[in-house]
Amino acid sequence: MPQTLKACAPPYPMAPTMTPVTRFIRESAEVFTFDLAPERATPFTPGQFNMLYAFGVGEIPISISGDSHAPERLTHTIRAVGPVSAALGRLKAGDQVGLRGPFGVGWPVEEAKGFDVLLIGGGIGLAPLRPAIYWLLRHRAAYGRVGVLYGARTPDDLIFVSELEEWRRTPDFQLRVAVERAGPDWTGDVGYVTPLLSKLRYDPADAIAMICGPEVMIRATALALEDAGVADSRIFVSMERNMKCAIGHCGHCQFGPLFICKDGPVHRYDRVRDLLAYREL
Amino acid sequence: MAKADEAAATITVEGLQALLRAIRAGGYRAIGPTVQNQAIVYDDIESVEDLPRGWTDEQDGGRYRLAHRDDKALFGYSVGPQSWKKFLYAPKLRLWTAERDGENASVTPEAPPTDRLAFIGVRACEIRAIEIQDRVLVSDMYVDPHYQAVRERALIVAVNCGKAGGTCFCVSMRAGPRVEQGFDIALTELLEETEHSFLVEIGSDEGRALLAQVPHRLASSREVEAGEAVIEHTASSMGRDMRSDDLNELLMSNLEHPRWDEVATRCLSCTNCTLVCPTCFCTSVEDTSDLSGARAERWRRWDSCFTMDFSYIHGGSVRASAKSRYRQWMTHKLATWIDQFGSSGCVGCGRCITWCPVGIDITEEVRAIRGGDACAEESR
Repeated sequence: MPQTLKACAPPYPMAPTMTPVTRFIRESAEVFTFDLAPERATPFTPGQFNMLYAFGVGEIPISISGDSHAPERLTHTIRAVGPVSAALGRLKAGDQVGLRGPFGVGWPVEEAKGFDVLLIGGGIGLAPLRPAIYWLLRHRAAYGRVGVLYGARTPDDLIFVSELEEWRRTPDFQLRVAVERAGPDWTGDVGYVTPLLSKLRYDPADAIAMICGPEVMIRATALALEDAGVADSRIFVSMERNMKCAIGHCGHCQFGPLFICKDGPVHRYDRVRDLLAYREL
Repeated sequence: MAKADEAAATITVEGLQALLRAIRAGGYRAIGPTVQNQAIVYDDIESVEDLPRGWTDEQDGGRYRLAHRDDKALFGYSVGPQSWKKFLYAPKLRLWTAERDGENASVTPEAPPTDRLAFIGVRACEIRAIEIQDRVLVSDMYVDPHYQAVRERALIVAVNCGKAGGTCFCVSMRAGPRVEQGFDIALTELLEETEHSFLVEIGSDEGRALLAQVPHRLASSREVEAGEAVIEHTASSMGRDMRSDDLNELLMSNLEHPRWDEVATRCLSCTNCTLVCPTCFCTSVEDTSDLSGARAERWRRWDSCFTMDFSYIHGGSVRASAKSRYRQWMTHKLATWIDQFGSSGCVGCGRCITWCPVGIDITEEVRAIRGGDACAEESR
């Protein structure tokens, strides 16, 4: 052996642990939430993700959508769009899911202390932001003004509906929800979320923003925030790419020099802005 | 040749045979170059009789032919289609098996292999490639236990190249042709009129112990000089060259260069370059189950950034065009790899050029993006 190589800490990083589902909630026609009760709770940071395996079907990366102060209950909110997410959507309490994680870099909730905080979610992008919302509410006094913008396609696509109501009634907590299309019974905003930025009270010179949603929405929102005067180094975006391993080995999630799985999924915007400008990178 | 504190030794072909015998007696499975299917193929070997005696190869863009040499060289070829990646990082590997009994399922990981492999005839560029894969699979945040198991136990008998292939450019990548580190024993084949012998350099205690079991003598200063001349001749006869000191900046500042569109008209997205590349590490996983749904497995297999599936997320593939996929491969190999792992992902072995069915030449593509149409500015 020519050289000594580092010993391996977790021996089988690709092997999931079968973990029971303890609660299953349907959020909308396509979206569902379930809780897992891991045998050993592992602390996680808001914005981190797990790899979830549907027995015999496959494995996908899913952000944790629950409270990081209670890691013994791991909550995930998933939109059924492919074979694995659809199989996960057929589970019920008592079934098992293969679990690996948590992986990646989460939201800068510690660094944001003392700042005004803006959280902007599009579609299922609200799910990875929810642990940050829980965190901010729990440590409310440590932050300045807090504002959440949430955009969905239609009122029927809204997720976390009862919590949205709760947050709307929370003092010192601004929430605006916009849908792209709505019927006459919708009394909220219609359109994209970016125009709603101007409706939030915050100091652009002293604000940190966290964005998750479709890439086109991320780019538009980050641009609007920059225009409003928020420094690009204080804007954070969570990104999605194909992922097979979550440990920097499979190569699928590369984005320029970055691995979304281990350098992200949350990236500081000034480090990805130039890359985001290229098509098909 | 020899380290300052250790004089080089010389062994004969019979000595090499004795070395192979000692390696195999030490519990190693010896793997080395053989002639199969009109190519140099790394496979199990038992003796020097299995080596490609008297064979060489002719390589160019999209072209590989074996040819006879005028001598009885055992390592007179450059590099074949395969690299040692095949043994260190299995092309197809079961990662685990899961069993389900009622509501309860359990996952049993595949145990890492316990074989001890001896790689015979490893070239300088290939050692560099192994070190590059080490940084991805062992020294980064997570360890691949299967790769690590094979790698830690592997014995490396290196060979200084006596011939540069038509697509070789290890000198440009500073990855060869001289074997400098990462070996147990390094050989330089000396083909002289009266004698066929090997200079031996020791790279580890295990290598020293092996040599002690083999008839050898101190190398003469003339032999040491002859060994130097072999390496210098190889270094000065590279089939390709590529300026490599500024590739990260060059390529990342040219992501919209028209050459990407041009190369996409030739590239077949066949994935050959990624499979023959000794550093390409991308894999995919396949989950399977039996008909009863009681037993499931996950397999890992080599994958390629040239496929559409590779970048698929809900809504479509991120890299839908051949242009974007070629750009991903080349910019990763030559540019972003440096950001990720501290070195280029290219070792200049030339395999991607030789085995490209349409002969796309990475050195030529870089030259085109650099904008030079002559070789003048490439003289380095």
